[in-house]
This record gives sequence, structure tokens and C-alpha cells, in this order.
Amino acid sequence: MALIFARKDRPSQRTRRVTHMKPSERLIQMALTIATWSSVVALGAVFGELLLGAFPAFTSIDLLGFFTGTVWNPAHPLYPLYGILPLVVGTMLVSFGAALMAIPIGLGCSIWLAELAHPKIKAVFKPAIEILSGIPSVIFGFFALVILSQWIYDLLDPTMKLNALNGAILLAVMMIPIMVTVAEDAMNSVPMNLREASLALGATRWETIRRVVLPSSLSGIVAAIVLSFGRAVGETMTVLMATGNTPVITSDYLRSVQTMTAAIAIDFGEVEFYSVHYHVLFAVGLVLFVMTFAINILADWVVRRYKEDY
Amino acid sequence: MDRKTKETMVFTAFRGCALLVVLALIVLVGYIASGGLEKLSLDFLTEFPRRANTEGGIYPAIVGTFYLMLIVLGVSVPIGIMSAVYLVEYEQRSVMGRVFKLAVYNLAGVPSIVYGLLGLGIFVVFLGFGASLLSAGLTLSIMVLPLMISAAREAIAAVPQSVCEASFAMGATKWQTIWHHVLPYALPGIFTGIILSISRAAGETAPLMLTGVAVSLRSLPDGVLDSFMALPYHIYFMATQSSNLQATRPIQYATALVLLLLVLGMNLVAIVLRKRYRDKYKW
Repeated sequence: MALIFARKDRPSQRTRRVTHMKPSERLIQMALTIATWSSVVALGAVFGELLLGAFPAFTSIDLLGFFTGTVWNPAHPLYPLYGILPLVVGTMLVSFGAALMAIPIGLGCSIWLAELAHPKIKAVFKPAIEILSGIPSVIFGFFALVILSQWIYDLLDPTMKLNALNGAILLAVMMIPIMVTVAEDAMNSVPMNLREASLALGATRWETIRRVVLPSSLSGIVAAIVLSFGRAVGETMTVLMATGNTPVITSDYLRSVQTMTAAIAIDFGEVEFYSVHYHVLFAVGLVLFVMTFAINILADWVVRRYKEDY
Repeated sequence: MDRKTKETMVFTAFRGCALLVVLALIVLVGYIASGGLEKLSLDFLTEFPRRANTEGGIYPAIVGTFYLMLIVLGVSVPIGIMSAVYLVEYEQRSVMGRVFKLAVYNLAGVPSIVYGLLGLGIFVVFLGFGASLLSAGLTLSIMVLPLMISAAREAIAAVPQSVCEASFAMGATKWQTIWHHVLPYALPGIFTGIILSISRAAGETAPLMLTGVAVSLRSLPDGVLDSFMALPYHIYFMATQSSNLQATRPIQYATALVLLLLVLGMNLVAIVLRKRYRDKYKW
């Protein structure tokens, strides 16, 4: 999960028309231009590669069956079934569960950081959040697999030891740093004089936060939630190791599920190249890509559409 | 309930949320550390695995991760810095500038497993690099590119306009200004970005699973087209598929601890570096 966020563009951009360039500097500029195009090319390559890989699948299996099929059993020797719904439901179950836990905790944490924390405590706390976001997902997955699943097993007596709850809790821990970084940024950009005006009118600090700071930074807060949700949907290792990998449609958090990301990761270990199954996995990747892309665009749109100018 | 009590209650809840997050970090690191310390030794770090990974060390996995970091360093750092310079200093058309920024932003949100599919399709199959260090390294390079660009961009944009104007006023050309005045000031910030990008690459697992990571090796990779082991995949494999999951638990913990120390160490260096830089230059 790379930490790059939708944020308001600051007018620090300086693309001057100015100054003379030596002819050799034209060459430098050209090299820089090519380097910059590489991002666009990479994004295009991701999309193109997914389309190319998925295309044969759509000619050999029923498209409607792919999107509405309720059974995912691609490895069956005689009657393989390629319904993506169990994987989509698994992804959504785990991600929504994670969001449900991460949103209150993450926002509480952001408000505390932006409005309440003493600068010295903040100087320790912010690096801690950053370190949490730097921990590799496989470590979270390992923790879920070996330690958290045992705690859940002892406490709740779940149907299956590896389950959706297990994955959702760890995903929530992974979502919080992203949410806090973006939301705190948004709250910090609310100008001080708005708070001072509210306090001068006799409001308490909490009333000021609730009636002034939060509404003013709403676009950033919504973007924070949407973005971190997008990262949760795309997360692979944690859910792969934590949720038990059973592709079933369920709403029971104590049962094992499989997400789209986990299905791709696990099935590629044994899939035969250029088989139908192989191409179907690219199709799953395409669906995943489109979903996360849409979520990211939504976050960007929220920031731009509801941007407050101070 | 009066307003003051309400405020106290709400603020206590917020403080609780913050404590909970720190607690999660401490519990996570604490458990991995306490589980891994007993097995961790110099032999563990420098020996090859034996008996289907159930004995011996993780030397080839450490070396493999190190090689991957080198490839990422060689590929995405120069491209990332060049793009950042271009985006801040050259891009004048607002439409293209917006396109570039959107591309970087969306590239950052692509799930890592999808990068794995990209690497499989393009590097492993289409370009014929096979399941190799090169395929995996290039895939990781694309993955951390947006991180590198945005870190460098922020560092470069933070150098004030007045520095450039002073340079122009002395008759310097555009590139002379960038090379001699903008980049030196931006360097610590760029450095922070480099360390963070490399540490991200070191911890990533999912793309490796599709681009050529090996379960166990008897010798180190000879060249970039060889298969390789890597720390994060080793943790995943040992924790889910090794021949005796319970008996190899100490190996799993110790490998996780090694990766954690590596990544956290790099993150700490980056954080300290950035703090010192911020204290030094206050524009």
C-alpha cells in the first residue's frame, strides 16, 4: 500500500516560462519528459495487460455466468465453475468489517492528533503511526494466522478458526494509518481563525470541533475513508493468511471466506499457463482493478468537488 | 449532562482511540519480537536452509531481498526523481500536468497483486525474463514508482521560489538552477523518499508470488535471470505450507522478526533524517 493521497493541490507549483536554456538543456528536458511519461505508460500497461489476459476467458466462458455465478470452483477437473460472486462477497465482507472498526477509531485518533494532542506527544505519536503503515502486510498476515486467530478461537468459539473477522481486524489496523494521515491533514488545513471565532462565541472545544472543524474538513475526511477502503479492497497477504480461503457466499464473520486478491495469489501457484482458469484469474484481476480505480477516482472527486477554499 | 462533562467524555474517547492504535503497534511488534528472539542468531542469518527449510538459516532469502532492493534502487529512483523534477519545474500545460498527476495517484492505488499480474504478463512471459530476479525487481520498481515520485515532488516543491529567482538573476540557466540550487536543498527529502520506497519494496510479497520467487535454494542466484528467495515470501510459505507448521514456528517467527527489523530500521532512519532536515531548513 503506497501512501499517496488525494489532497488539495497547493499553489507551490512553479512551472516558470522563464530563463534561457542551452541547447543541451533541451535534451535534458526531453529525458525528463520521457521519465514522466513512464507513469502514464505503466498505468496503461496495467490496464492493457489485464484486458489482454482476461479477453480469452470471456470468449470461452459465459460472461453472465462469470458475473452472477455463485460458485467459484475453477480447479474442478470436470465441471469447473467460474462465478466471481463468492470472491466479491468475501472481499466486501472483510473490507466493510474492517471499515466499521477503522472509521470510529481512525477518526477519533485524527481528531485527537489534529486538535488535542500536545506537540511533544504528537512528535512521538505521528512517527508511530508512520511506522505502523510501514509494516509489511505479510507480517500482519502472520500475526493474524498465528496469534489473533487463537485469541478469537478462545473468546468466540467460531465455526472456523480462520475467518472473516480475523482478516477484518488486521485490515482495520492497516487502514487506520492511511485514514489518520489524510484526515489529520484535512483538519489541519482548517484555518485557526474559524476555531477562534467559535471559541470566542462561547462554544466549548468539542462544540467547536463538531460544528466548525469537522464540517469544514468533511471532504478530506470522506476522502480519507474512501481511500483507506480502497486499500483494504486491494490488500492481499493479510486476507490470504487470515481468512482461511473458502470461497463461499456468507455474511457470517466467524466463517472462512476468500477474497478476490487471495484467489489470484493462491490459484496462480498451481494454474496451468494459458488455461481457461489462468485467463479467468486475469478477469478477476480486471474486476479488482476497476473497483479500486473507481474508488480512487471517487476519493479524488470528493476532494475536488467539495474543496473548501480559505 | 452539562457541556463540560460531555466534552471531557468525548475527549477521553478520542485519547482512547489514539492509545488503541499505539497499543496495536506495540502488541504486534512485541509478539513478533518475543517469538523470534530465541531463534535469531548469526548462524540463522548466514546459513542456507536444510531439510526442506525445516532446519538451517535464511541466508538466501536475505540476499534475495537485498538484490530486489538494489534493482528497485537502480530503476525507480532515477525515473522517480526525473519525473518529480519535470512535474515541478517544467510541466507548463495544465492539462498534461493533471494527466501525469492522476496517473501517479492512480498507480499508487493499484493493488499489489495486480502488479503481480502485470509482471507475469509483461516481464515473465512477453519479454521472456522468466521467473527471475529481474522480473520481480522490475515489477516492484513499477509498484514503488508513485511513492518515489510523490516524495521527491514534495521535496523539490518545498524549495522556495526565491532561491530559483536569485539563481536566475545571476544569469544561470534553468538546468543550472535546478542542478546547483534546487536539488541540493531537496536532497534530504528525496533521500527520505528513497529509503521509504526501498523498504516498501522489501516487504512486498504478493507480486513476488507471480514473478518467480523460490521456496528453497541451495545456492545464491548467479545472475538477474535466476530464481531467488525473498524474506516476505519465506514467511508466507513457512507459515502456511511448510511440511511441519508447528515445528518450524520458531523459524517463522525469526524470519518475520528479521524482516520487521529491516523495514522498521529503514523507516526509522527515514523519519530521523526528515526531522533533522526540517529542523535545519525553515523557509
